[in-house]
Amino acid sequence: MAWQPHSERDRREMLEALGAESVDALFADIPAGLRETAMPDLPAPLTEMELVARAADLAGQNASLDELTCFAGGGIYDHFIPAIVRNVISRPEFLTPYTPYQPEASQGTLQAIFEYQTMICELTGMHSANASLYDGATALGEAVLLAADVTHRKRVVIAGALSPVARQAAETYCSAGGIEIALAPWDDATGQTDLAALAEMLDDSVACVALQQPNYFGVLEQMPEAASLAREAGALFTAMVEPTSLVLLKPPGEYDADLVVGEGQPLGLPPGYGGPLLGIFACREEYLRQMPGRVVGRTVDAAGETAYCLTLQTREQHIRRDRATSNICTNQGLCALAAAVYMAAMGPEGLREVALLGAERAHQLRDLLNAAGLEPRFGGAFLNEFVLRVPAQADAVVRELCAQGYLVGPSLARDFDELGDCLLLATTERRTVAEVEAVVDAMNALELEEK
Amino acid sequence: MDFPEDRKYAQTHEWAKAEGDVVRVGLTSFALEQLGDIIYLDLPEEGTAVEQGVPFGEIESVKAVGELISPVTGEITEVNEAMMDDLDALADDPWEAGWLLVIAPADLSQLDGLMDAAAYAEHCEKEA
Amino acid sequence: MAQPTLFDKSQPGKRCTQMPSAAMAAEEFLPADQLRAEAPRLPELSEPEIARHYARLAGQNFNVDANFYPLGSCTMKYNPKVHEEIAGAAGFSRLHPSAPDECAQGALRLMRELETWLAQILGMDAVSLQPPAGAAGEFTSLRVFRAWHDSRGDTKRTRVIVPDTAHGTNPASVARCGWDVTVLKSGEDGRVAPEALADALGDDVAALMLTNPSTLGLFETRVLEVNAMVHEAGGLVYCDGANMNALLGHARPGDMGFDAVHVNLHKTFSTPHGGGGPGAGPIGVVAKLEPFLPSPRIVERGGALAWDWDRPESIGKVQAWFGNFLVAVRAWAYIQANGGEGLRQVARDAVLAANYIRASLQETWDLPYPGVCMHECVLSAKTLKNATGIRAADVAKRLLDYGIHPPTMYFPLIVEEALMIEPTETESKAAMDYFIEMMQEIAQDAAGRPDLLHEAPHETPVRRVDEVAAARKPILRWREE
Repeated sequence: MAWQPHSERDRREMLEALGAESVDALFADIPAGLRETAMPDLPAPLTEMELVARAADLAGQNASLDELTCFAGGGIYDHFIPAIVRNVISRPEFLTPYTPYQPEASQGTLQAIFEYQTMICELTGMHSANASLYDGATALGEAVLLAADVTHRKRVVIAGALSPVARQAAETYCSAGGIEIALAPWDDATGQTDLAALAEMLDDSVACVALQQPNYFGVLEQMPEAASLAREAGALFTAMVEPTSLVLLKPPGEYDADLVVGEGQPLGLPPGYGGPLLGIFACREEYLRQMPGRVVGRTVDAAGETAYCLTLQTREQHIRRDRATSNICTNQGLCALAAAVYMAAMGPEGLREVALLGAERAHQLRDLLNAAGLEPRFGGAFLNEFVLRVPAQADAVVRELCAQGYLVGPSLARDFDELGDCLLLATTERRTVAEVEAVVDAMNALELEEK
Repeated sequence: MDFPEDRKYAQTHEWAKAEGDVVRVGLTSFALEQLGDIIYLDLPEEGTAVEQGVPFGEIESVKAVGELISPVTGEITEVNEAMMDDLDALADDPWEAGWLLVIAPADLSQLDGLMDAAAYAEHCEKEA
Repeated sequence: MAQPTLFDKSQPGKRCTQMPSAAMAAEEFLPADQLRAEAPRLPELSEPEIARHYARLAGQNFNVDANFYPLGSCTMKYNPKVHEEIAGAAGFSRLHPSAPDECAQGALRLMRELETWLAQILGMDAVSLQPPAGAAGEFTSLRVFRAWHDSRGDTKRTRVIVPDTAHGTNPASVARCGWDVTVLKSGEDGRVAPEALADALGDDVAALMLTNPSTLGLFETRVLEVNAMVHEAGGLVYCDGANMNALLGHARPGDMGFDAVHVNLHKTFSTPHGGGGPGAGPIGVVAKLEPFLPSPRIVERGGALAWDWDRPESIGKVQAWFGNFLVAVRAWAYIQANGGEGLRQVARDAVLAANYIRASLQETWDLPYPGVCMHECVLSAKTLKNATGIRAADVAKRLLDYGIHPPTMYFPLIVEEALMIEPTETESKAAMDYFIEMMQEIAQDAAGRPDLLHEAPHETPVRRVDEVAAARKPILRWREE
């Protein structure tokens, strides 16, 4: 199966027009020895019909969230996605163009991203948002590097209760630049970042303090207080947020966060086995020229009419090269579009219903588990996700429940030595009361067996 | 190409004009034409120490970014902040109203090492 | 004309998607000091209005389905429809990344196959699918290089040599790694000159980054010699594989002596660009670098596939999970559909097309580096500019009036008034003939009707956009007027 439109006559005519003897002659610059070994050993080609069957076979070997009832979280959530989201992002006019470097040929993409930026500013309460980064994890890495750059400081304090994948990505970004990351401990009772301990870690060598809201344990942090501590030390405060929660929670702009990052997957993206995701990045006005990635601005055309274009491009690698604010080029444009369509479809009311329903189910789940003698590990207030302690090895519980049709987790065993008997439970608006009751029954049965 | 003869020129297209004990610094019309429409100018604050041959600021057009490099070593005594908000004025009159900095030089004789107008004109011919 | 924004059209109380009502109020489970006082002002619209809005915006975009899109170095080839269907299957798109490995065997099998196939195509020993874009692949590779040098106690290497023709992400990725860039001037023929390289090399050089074929569309004919020189000096060599489309089945970076290479799945392997992403930038490396690849890695355990998170020498994570998996699914489908011979034919048709355009236009336009090109040809409007004042940008804008997306302009930086044309293998001869004809017409109009070009485009939804005004006073979000 191939997608080239040429007939043999087309090929012959092209060769004749350019005066080459053969197509091989066009590859003469490649040393013969290289050409001899270049043929890859690949399976025989498939027709479209065979390809679809092979793909269906592999897809069928995965237990998707159509088969498993999802109580898993950890940054990726099982939200309902209205049909219009898929419809819009499937249009070839949005799916197949390149980056909108030619504004006159790309007003559709540009305006859609401008609207996305506005929605992110509204959710976060921040001055400016960019057109997207790869995911929440690398967005945190970018934020930390930005902070180190503007403060000329080399230490960063990240909440230990922040997403481990985000922390690890930030570590990869930082380690090459000689920036050191320290983890602020959490309070063992509440699961909140220990602010007294955080305060002791801060001095004039700290570039950035980063907390997640709600944190990885689902617990609500004391963001305004943490932001104040950061400011007193002359460090930038970075809030890592979950976007749907912001319809209920105090937005980072209100507690004067300097930078806001987040994983945008809950805004209309499928879990996709962890990618593609959507890196949200927003900042205060004063950091606009240090912002990584593309940004769309509104301007006028030669006739004085409203038009849009990529702007502040001198920050970027194609102009500033080794002094660019980031190396990012390709971003997650189509995912940002999906998020914009999702937010438009939901509106403020729909998003509020999503956040409230998810939280309501989680609290019902907590109550039923309590009644069954299972307790959340931490006592802090939460929204739609919390840590459950199980009287067994958490990984085993995740596997057992998976076999029974429930996806819970992730287990915290891999990333937190002291929480090997803990796992995350999350609910969204998709979970029904009956499903909540059923998973508790399944856990109950499981514990009984293991006891 | 004709350039004012009352000042000296650096290879990186800054002009430097001795005014008593101090040196007034700007960017040449040639450099501004090469850049095209200017969108952003970043200048340091008064009191900043500068060094000959070392960047002190940046100037940006839509598709390019240029470093502004100090023609002498010394300390900045004045910054033409008005230019940062009126970028067209900078291009309209780079020789007078469009000056960027005044520097109190550590050694005024550093100017002797720079090009005169004729040598600079030749330098520009080569780059054009 | 720009469309009114969603915010302009919004009216309080309009709804699209509704959810069942919650029984609890936020105050019942949230402390008062955590509550948001005012709802975010997201647009309030009905579904028909949203559909109409995006349909109208869609109508303002050039795209590969509708338009010839010969954007150099971007490989804007056709994106097969079946890939979208496959990637949309619930078994892939609705798979949660924390699902236990035994529940994700199909995904792991697919990723393992893609890793193996890319290793075959690139001539490399190991592949990581985790880098989410080309620039991320560059950074990941350099970070792996750094880890390798460090593992040998060789910490004196702080420089990376990058040719002056390189894409801007190359030097930016070097800086990300905490290293300094040494720019290498290209030789007379536009290629790396070993003599100049010898001068730049030293025991403080960590690596050379080389794009092959280069952004001039030229194969680096002395690549074996060049790579051997870097190795001799104790450095490693990185291949920017953005232009791999030219080499499929004809040359493998591994055989050329490269230690690492990235490929853009959204270029060579036909996954859609999405108006700027998502893409994917997997990397292939030689065996000695495998331990340093991002964590986790796919391994076989007891007859099943599993993620190995215990990777003590790994550089860590460069994406939250396993990379842009749904992009990888599309690339897997593309390779599976083509097979080895099919991919080889892709390169042959891509190179034939670029040379056809080169040969057809080199009389009218400047060809700064004459001779056969690979997947793209770089023309210059220098003579035209000197004669008529018409610049590459004017040419680009006029092409829009003919329904053709312009070539890449003003890149590579060493070519004045550059027009970098990459037709790819999926444009018909008729589409290329139309492009050639329009380029000839533009060259004539430049002399005869220059204002037509200066003022272009005329037929697009908006006229020439004022990028200067946009950058001087940035307006980055909608506000109520």
